[in-house]
Amino acid sequence: MKPVAFDYHRPETVSEAVALLSELGEEAAVLSGGMTLGPMLNLRMVRPRVVIDVSRIAALKTISLKDNLVVTGAGVVQADAMSSDLIARELPLLAMALPWVGHFQTRNRGTLGGSVAHADPSAEIPLSLVTLGGTVVLQSRRRERRIAARDFFQGALTTQRQPDEIVVALEWPRTPPDAGCAFAEIAQRHGDFAIAAAACCLRLSSKGEIAELSVGLGGVESRPVAVDTARFIGRPSPDAATAVAEHAATSVAPMSDHSASADYRIALTKVLVERTFIEALSHAAQRRGRLQ
Amino acid sequence: MLTAIGVASRGWVGSSVPRKEDEALLTGRARFIDDLTPVAGIRFAAILRSQHPHARIVNIDISHALKLPGVRDVVTGKDIATFIGPVPSVVKAPIAYYPIAIDCARYVGEPVAVVVADSRYIAEDACELIDVEYEVLAAVADLKSAMAPDAPVIYDKVGSNIVNRRSFRYGNPDKAFSEADRVFDLSYSYPRYASTPMETFGVIAHFERAPDRFTVWSNFQGPFVIQPLMAGALRVPGNKLRLITPPSSGGSFGIKQAILSYIILLAAVSRKTGLPVKWIEDRAEHLTAATASSDRLGEISAAFRNDGKLIGLRFKNVANMGAYIRAPEPASLYRMHAASNGCYDVQNIAVDNQIVVTNRTPVGLNRGYGGPQFYFALERIMEIAARGLGIDVAELRRRNFIPAHAFPYQAPAGAVFDAGNYDEALSELLRLADYEALKLRRDEARNAGRLFGIGIAAGVEPSGSNMAYVSLAQTVEERSKGDRKSGANASAVISVDPSGQVTLHLDSTPNGQGHATVAAQIVADALGLKPADIEVVTELDTLTSAWSIASGNYSNRFAAIVVGAIAQSAQQVATKLKLLASELLDVKPEDVDLYEGYARVRGGSNKGVSFRKVAARAHWDPSHLPEGCSPGLVETAIVSPRILGSPGDDDRIASAATFGFVIDLAAIEIDPKSGALRIDKYVSVHDVGTQLNPKIVEGQVHGGFVHGLGAALFEELAYDERGNFLSGTFADYLCPTAVEVPTVDIGHVETVTPVNSLGAKGMGDGSSMLTPAAIANAVADALGRDDISLPLTLQRVWDLANGRDPAMKRPSKAPEGMAQAPIGKGALTGSGEVILSAPVDEVWRRLIDPNELAAIVPGCQSLKQDGPDHYSAQVIIGVAGIRGTYDAHIEMRDKQEPNSVRLVGKASGALGFGAGSGLVTLRAEPDGRTRLQYQYEADVGGKLAAVGQRMLGTVTRYVIGQFFSALEWRIAPQRATGWRGWLARLSGRGSGGDTP
Repeated sequence: MKPVAFDYHRPETVSEAVALLSELGEEAAVLSGGMTLGPMLNLRMVRPRVVIDVSRIAALKTISLKDNLVVTGAGVVQADAMSSDLIARELPLLAMALPWVGHFQTRNRGTLGGSVAHADPSAEIPLSLVTLGGTVVLQSRRRERRIAARDFFQGALTTQRQPDEIVVALEWPRTPPDAGCAFAEIAQRHGDFAIAAAACCLRLSSKGEIAELSVGLGGVESRPVAVDTARFIGRPSPDAATAVAEHAATSVAPMSDHSASADYRIALTKVLVERTFIEALSHAAQRRGRLQ
Repeated sequence: MLTAIGVASRGWVGSSVPRKEDEALLTGRARFIDDLTPVAGIRFAAILRSQHPHARIVNIDISHALKLPGVRDVVTGKDIATFIGPVPSVVKAPIAYYPIAIDCARYVGEPVAVVVADSRYIAEDACELIDVEYEVLAAVADLKSAMAPDAPVIYDKVGSNIVNRRSFRYGNPDKAFSEADRVFDLSYSYPRYASTPMETFGVIAHFERAPDRFTVWSNFQGPFVIQPLMAGALRVPGNKLRLITPPSSGGSFGIKQAILSYIILLAAVSRKTGLPVKWIEDRAEHLTAATASSDRLGEISAAFRNDGKLIGLRFKNVANMGAYIRAPEPASLYRMHAASNGCYDVQNIAVDNQIVVTNRTPVGLNRGYGGPQFYFALERIMEIAARGLGIDVAELRRRNFIPAHAFPYQAPAGAVFDAGNYDEALSELLRLADYEALKLRRDEARNAGRLFGIGIAAGVEPSGSNMAYVSLAQTVEERSKGDRKSGANASAVISVDPSGQVTLHLDSTPNGQGHATVAAQIVADALGLKPADIEVVTELDTLTSAWSIASGNYSNRFAAIVVGAIAQSAQQVATKLKLLASELLDVKPEDVDLYEGYARVRGGSNKGVSFRKVAARAHWDPSHLPEGCSPGLVETAIVSPRILGSPGDDDRIASAATFGFVIDLAAIEIDPKSGALRIDKYVSVHDVGTQLNPKIVEGQVHGGFVHGLGAALFEELAYDERGNFLSGTFADYLCPTAVEVPTVDIGHVETVTPVNSLGAKGMGDGSSMLTPAAIANAVADALGRDDISLPLTLQRVWDLANGRDPAMKRPSKAPEGMAQAPIGKGALTGSGEVILSAPVDEVWRRLIDPNELAAIVPGCQSLKQDGPDHYSAQVIIGVAGIRGTYDAHIEMRDKQEPNSVRLVGKASGALGFGAGSGLVTLRAEPDGRTRLQYQYEADVGGKLAAVGQRMLGTVTRYVIGQFFSALEWRIAPQRATGWRGWLARLSGRGSGGDTP
């Protein structure tokens, strides 16, 4: 379990990093926290000629508020995100999802951008980004571009990132103060890849009707997916949970693999969407109470 | 039987003395095998292993590997077979077991070649440069298929995969079953799993010249019966194979017995290369190829009277040995045999044992060794019977327990149960569980429509194995040809040096249990010292230590037998010291007491002389020792419990020295919607006789429980239906973590054993044997169904709770029209279709044109035609960064111009191998375009299968998507969506879903 021989670069700036990448393309692997790349290197599943370690680029480690967006640098360590007041306040869904990411030991190294670039079908951070309608910011030597998270993820470990690009930031729409969020997942053990995960964010009108609703699913398909919830807008909220859950379950095409069948993933989709919808409702009520 | 030899207790034994071992462990100062550099010039080995479950080795080309700078040598099985022999087995079948494949690889992970290089990195690089030509053979993936009439046979000379069969009758089981009021039956399967110690295997092998001798440092837990076998395989006298253990070992649980293969292998490699060679097993190697507990199929029948009295048992056991019978197997099938009655007083027992080989890693010792499988059968049938008879599960057991007055109890199959009070243990269990209240809670839950269940499992814990029990696998006639065997020697050596310091040498090669602590307690009591005063040496060196055929760490041997040797050697030292002191004190030796560092006159007198001064006499003044007192102070004791005799012609044997008792209760609740299983309560009551160190006992009880919990809920070394291994990392082989482990309420009852002077029974296996059965019983109770198999994963529990048949989880039917595909069931399958902007004839032409193929085959670097419709290519396939170069062969079959063709391909490379077959059919659309439909089946093995299960479906779809998008691109470049669009389309919806 030793990696193949590779050259190691540790650029201090994004421009240094993308300059290297533009030269090396697919021959390079980008190392951030290394929580997935490390084992894959040791198993020789990944055999890069060069490893570009972006973990020391200070510019990738900021969390800031820009208008209605929370911008998290790709290099923000998951544990730091968990202790960020800004994220707790502006992105309650992400704050709820982070404790489900791996184990506390891996969260001390793993980064937000690393998880997004890796694109595991079960990963919580990509699911949160898709659910909230966030954007992935990519940088190459030639250009910077933004791709909606819902388009960025293509399949298991497959994204729109080109070999000469790195993920530099994630842009998250601020969650309105009267919105409620919930996150839940089911895995064989705590910290395992979720067999299914669900995230829900909603906002109610003054009459108690659903004004906004986002439902995202992870681990069910080979990439995180947002459920089309248009039909529920304007409907009364209290008894919608089951209907939303049923709708989500019929709208996905689940994977079947050695840990879970497609049928089981559909069953979990129902359970988790119903659970997160109900929790998001009560979370919304709480937050409204705090506003008043 | 030993009688109490009167160790004057000062109370160290029985108290929770802090572990001597822990300071070094907790401060990172303990030295393990990987910390050792015992000789200069050590080189590093990496092992090239078979990716195939079953394949003949046609040729091994090592020339490229040898050219890599830093590579010292590459050794193959053929090289080694010239000077080593097979490792013998008690089963007399024409199956030769070598630690490396000689001409045929029979399981995924079997060593094929060993590279010796200046670093492990270089050695692993070189492994990839070895070119092995395999002829892939049909594999026997599991027990059921191994026993099928048309099964491929692994050993032609045996003629069957069933390599040994024995039947046993004790009492009159036929009569019992014919007289029974009720008979209950259960067919079951039991999974394969292992204990995954934190520290993997490690070996440093050094073949020395003048004198010619193998010296091997390893974290082996032997030497016991294995050392002579290894010397035999290496074709040297026993004292020319010197085994040395490091001071610390990071756990074994039986697993490290299997290092025997690597000791032989690396010793042979050292001899061939003339270099000292170090090999540390990595985790992927460990999970794939170290060893495992034996997976089983079984049937059990229990004959009862209406009053709940168990009168007969029938067992049919089919045990999977893996690809070879590696010593001491088939012992796992016989460890519990002499105690086939469990903890019950039942006299009529029939046992039918079959030993089967399959293309899986050979099995061996694992915590509980044979116990979990045995109790899964017996304790499941007890609860099935209880429900059938309408008797409470606890009450039914109580009615059948061996009564407390019946000890020592002669079990029908020969075991002698030393001491016990099972009734009292059950009462303690029910008290701790608050059983009546628990049953009320179950009723309430059920009334509310919830799934709540309670299960119990009870059993004896055999400890201190008789070295002869394995020979039950032989017929009486076969046994009579060999030398008679019996017993279980344990040795201990105590020396007191001229400065009065005490050193004890153990033969128990501990793997972290705390033997040194307990041994020091025993010696301190005997010599009137403190445990801290006793230096305990646990490192064993077969050239310098006093060891015997049973020396080692297995079968809870320490507390059952070794403590007797320690106590006796301490007593011998004490006797001599008292004699020496009696002259100085001018009293009779029997009036001398040793305590608090002094030899004192018994009876309150303060007259005393220091321990140090007494001991010094034996060294400094040998000319004036008392009559009958030898010079020096070294005492050796070797003991073997007399009870452990030879197997008789009636196949009865006293298989173990002590029989502890374990009884567990699990209460669980299942959420049928999610499949989640919550442990509501877990209670475990143990009878380990005297608790030598209660804190260590508690640790062992917890550890045994957690191993049992892993087996019950999470752990399986899984193979697919073609023998490919699927659990190559801890992402796929799931062990419980602290979060998954519930609180366990532990209780004890104490019946002291007469087998050793301390009254202690062996312990350690504990609940690892019972928890799987207890939890399965609770689940059966909650769900009202008996087809429970382990591990009870979320998916399996959900299936069970929703009335599904878990066995049907993996559809194995090939897609229609693929019956002739050259690969077996269980493969990845899928199907899809696409409309191409060209007429059928043009699509057909492109599809079968060799010039087009190079452009269509994903990642094709080069392609050449080998013959009509046969091509070979080099391709690079990858998803994200997971890329590999593969040699591919592609064949077009069953061409029906212009309607259909079958593309058959296989590829192999560093990440594994794949074989696939796809049927492509073309149909004209009304608008002149072509509808292309395909169905595929793919079989992926090797590293990708072992560590990338989650991604296999995606990778397969990706590669197929690339193929058709390239075809589309060739036909109509302007309209092609590119592979990314394909992947999106193929991911599930259009494909009918992939099925592993």
